[in-house]
Amino acid sequence: MVTTSQILSTLQMIDREKLDVRTITMGISLLGCVSDDEQRLCDKVYDHICRQAKDLVRVGEDIEREFGVPIVNKRISVTPAALISGGIKNPAALARALDRAAKTTGVNFIGGYSALVHKGITSADRRLMESIPEALDTTDFLCSSVNIGSTRAGIDMDAVRLMGQMIKATAERTADRSGIGCAKLVVFCNAVEDNPFMAGAFHGPGEGDCAVSVGVSGPGVVKSALESVRGEPFDVVAETIKRTAFRITRVGQLVAREASRRLNVPFGIVDLSLAPTPSVGDSVAAILEEMGLESCGTHGTTAALALLNDAVKKGGVMASSHVGGLSGAFIPVSEDVGMIAAAERGALTLDKLEAMTCVCSVGLDMIAVPGDTTAETISAIIADEAAIGMVNNKTTAVRVIPVPGAKIGDSAEFGGLLGYAPVIPVHPFSSRLFVERGGRIPAPLHSLKN
Amino acid sequence: MREIKKAVVTVLGIDCKGIIAHISAVLYDNDVNILDISQTVLEDYFNMVLIADVSSCAFEKLSADLTMLGEKLGLQIRVQRSEIFEAMHQV
Repeated sequence: MVTTSQILSTLQMIDREKLDVRTITMGISLLGCVSDDEQRLCDKVYDHICRQAKDLVRVGEDIEREFGVPIVNKRISVTPAALISGGIKNPAALARALDRAAKTTGVNFIGGYSALVHKGITSADRRLMESIPEALDTTDFLCSSVNIGSTRAGIDMDAVRLMGQMIKATAERTADRSGIGCAKLVVFCNAVEDNPFMAGAFHGPGEGDCAVSVGVSGPGVVKSALESVRGEPFDVVAETIKRTAFRITRVGQLVAREASRRLNVPFGIVDLSLAPTPSVGDSVAAILEEMGLESCGTHGTTAALALLNDAVKKGGVMASSHVGGLSGAFIPVSEDVGMIAAAERGALTLDKLEAMTCVCSVGLDMIAVPGDTTAETISAIIADEAAIGMVNNKTTAVRVIPVPGAKIGDSAEFGGLLGYAPVIPVHPFSSRLFVERGGRIPAPLHSLKN
Repeated sequence: MREIKKAVVTVLGIDCKGIIAHISAVLYDNDVNILDISQTVLEDYFNMVLIADVSSCAFEKLSADLTMLGEKLGLQIRVQRSEIFEAMHQV
């Protein structure tokens, strides 16, 4: 039997420490919607999504009410759009159909305007990648991602070059909104097929017809637990994080199982990620600082993050029957008040963030850079990040926003969960000749596992 | 035998007359059986945890009724399915 003090501790986690389930994401395969007629493709996609996800938001709200735990987002991920848009000329029409489906079903993001080009670019992939600026400009809830490298295939530098240009073009097309289009565009290395978190979610080609996955959260709960072990050695810190992650994940597993049952859709995975939000008390940076760092970004930050990332996985993995997605700690700068403060005081730089991405679950995330950053520099940032992912067998990603007209020290406002970010400097030296080479960076030796 | 669906009702706030009377009236009206109550008053703060069988009630209505009562009495009243606490604190 659960004791009164356990009940009250759960309530405290929800009320004061902002424990929530970050997202229920329904992955929907669109492979059955293929058509070479633009209108017919768009109609089939719209109808299929609306039919599959018609109860998603209602069921999410019911579970939220009955279990008393907030479920912040209800979202949809779909088959990478490039896989179904090969027969049509302008995939941006499909983007708008996806956006309409998101609005009809009431979800707040739909992900999967994506292409998987880690080894090569098909003509359909190229059309889709080139349509990303228009797609993100003419939609509200659509998210886009492109996988440009993998440990098995190496890094497709032609795709890296193109994506640098597309990020710049997206920023320009959404210049009146601080370049917000780029906040919904992720460039991956080793993208996972079952990630429930935006903006990088898509329903991979290896998935079934439909699945529900859950992304947990709870940086505030971990921070609060660590407050009770101040001054203790790291063994105690790791144990405390593991115990907390276990509890958080059990809630995620419960919600995932319940959502799967009520929607009559198979349960996909629970993603054990500590995802921050811009509200106070929901910060990953605050956890790192609680470990004894004066500011996130100072020396010791990478080690602190490595411990956190590992302990979250170890604690969470036993709490769920299927763990997947990105699973680790997220460090999106604009979505974390502690990261924002660290960047504003100059403690957190792009180089330090890059080092941090070697040991956590994603990559350079939600970082505002000056508006005059060139496409080649952005491509080079992507290449660096992809190299880290490729060599270390992990997912890495780049979601940077070259905010049009903004200079170092300015602030870019994206609103809501996307938060705001101080514009931080990039290196002023050119990477143009490096990026213009194109071709493929070969896969590392340890890709030859067979 | 039918499976019992349990819920936990928690009440927090400044103590006043008739809290339990009001809450049990709402529970009775919603066809809810009370299984266990534990209550403490620390200084003026009232703190109650009540376990109830909600197998035969409409959860949504119960939740709305209790929230309304909470607003009337100036208390924070919540009802949650018990599985969330069991998941978190039991292996």
